[in-house]
Amino acid sequence: MNPGASLPFLFHAAYLLSAVLFIVGLKFLSSPGRARRGNGVAALGMAVAVLATLVSLWLPGTGFRNHWLILGGIAIGAVLGSVGARRVKMTDMPQMVALLNGFGGGSAALISTAEFLHAAMGHEAPGTTAAVSTMFGCIIGAISFSGSLVAFGKLQGIISEKAIISTAQKAASIAVFAGLLGTVATIALGGGAPWFLTLLGGSLLFGVLMVIPIGGADMPVVISLLNSFTGLAVAATGFVLSNNALIISGTLVGASGTLLTMLMCKAMNRSLTNVLFAGVGAGAPAAAAPGAPAGAKKNVREVSVEDAAVLLANVHSLIVVPGYGMAVAQAQHAVRELADLLQKRGVEVKYAIHPVAGRMPGHMNVLLAEANVPYDQLFDLEQINPDFEHTDVALVIGANDVVNPAARTDKTSPIYGMPILDADKAQHVIIVKRSMNPGFAGVDNPLYYEPRTTMLFGDAKSAVTKLVTALKDGGG
Amino acid sequence: MNVMILAEIYVFVLAVFVGFEVISKVPVVLHTPLMSGTNAIHGIVMLGGVLVLATASTPLLTALGFVAVVLGAMNLFGGFVVTDRMLEMFRSKKPAGKKG
Repeated sequence: MNPGASLPFLFHAAYLLSAVLFIVGLKFLSSPGRARRGNGVAALGMAVAVLATLVSLWLPGTGFRNHWLILGGIAIGAVLGSVGARRVKMTDMPQMVALLNGFGGGSAALISTAEFLHAAMGHEAPGTTAAVSTMFGCIIGAISFSGSLVAFGKLQGIISEKAIISTAQKAASIAVFAGLLGTVATIALGGGAPWFLTLLGGSLLFGVLMVIPIGGADMPVVISLLNSFTGLAVAATGFVLSNNALIISGTLVGASGTLLTMLMCKAMNRSLTNVLFAGVGAGAPAAAAPGAPAGAKKNVREVSVEDAAVLLANVHSLIVVPGYGMAVAQAQHAVRELADLLQKRGVEVKYAIHPVAGRMPGHMNVLLAEANVPYDQLFDLEQINPDFEHTDVALVIGANDVVNPAARTDKTSPIYGMPILDADKAQHVIIVKRSMNPGFAGVDNPLYYEPRTTMLFGDAKSAVTKLVTALKDGGG
Repeated sequence: MNVMILAEIYVFVLAVFVGFEVISKVPVVLHTPLMSGTNAIHGIVMLGGVLVLATASTPLLTALGFVAVVLGAMNLFGGFVVTDRMLEMFRSKKPAGKKG
């Protein structure tokens, strides 16, 4: 075998190896005990693919150029990416994933654009497959890029987290979509570079219009969807460049990401179309919702920090229900301190984790683990729900929709059917909440008006910190 | 349509099935790390940027390729680091996880 023939062989064998490692990595990532190893296996697969590619560039007689620019670009991206990923706070993880996903999408869009321009310069005639893949990679990659940046902006608080819905926005979306179709047709009929740049610009615009109307609490699903978009865009660039490693990896991510998106929707008992187009969180329909007992006994009992502390000091069992508000206020350390204090007094403390509590599935587990809450005190929905009725106090911190009994009882409620934590069955419920505003679903919560419920108004962190102080002062 | 493209389509279709199959039973708490892990895997797009840059013949193509490599590398390296940090949170607090 001469060197020229053995090179592609080794090259493709390396890609095959990395594809196998990706699949094994994904398999491990979806089982709790082996998840971290799975990430390592996938990283190993990546190292194999990258090394094989770089080695092939350096072999003599291949005619490749820009070697140092390639290494420089990789080095810059590697430093920026890993330093950013090291420094980001645990609470800001969701927007970090969104940002990184956007970069991948942007990369795919640029690759497609470059390949189209390259072909348009007359170096080669673009075949049908190449034309379809460049357009697909450009559109999906660009949507993922700009959509992810908007998702990042919403989670970071740069853009309003609310679902921004207007007829103008809907009309603009339809117009841009129609424009994209027209541009695709023009390019298919032989339109040149200016048309392709129009396609790129239009796709970027469409990504913004697609994500802007979606509320902050639905961002996890959106990020997951855009993640699978990037996967598909990468697969498309694989077709453009005739590179199996890109096709396999991109497709794996596209397919598993799509399934993951559907699983996430299922955990919230909603459909993907509902997430994308219903604009839940726009806040308008709350008051008008029929079926709510209009104006009946809408009085709320407020409790002072001191009274709440006294109550907590004298119970036997407590279940903490953490939610979005706890994550936003970063109250997890204060919550753990409160739990430690109560446990020293002999109170049995458990945490009830709703599958979609927080900004991402599993977010609460990560935050509480960061605050050194023992893993064996965390319970998921099925495990903990039977315990509520034997529990003295359910302490709901910044959670709302996940404890809304309307999901069980009120068929007209937008969240009807969503599995909830049965906090309302505890002997007493204390709700730590900033105000009476409804949660992201824009639905009123009948739990607040129950006779056994008391409200402790305030920012989750300051309220819990005050509780800790009051408990310490109240008697050692 | 030649045989090579058909082979690529084979790979694509089979990868779709594998992608669906491989995560069929994932517990809810792992949704986020899995999303982050798959996010890192599509960082392989960096190699696409590398191939564009390696064959770039004009300043414009060189610039596009370079930016694609930087963006892809951020996706790749950042993705694996973020996923590892997330999973570390899950594992280290488990009583059984102390050994590792």
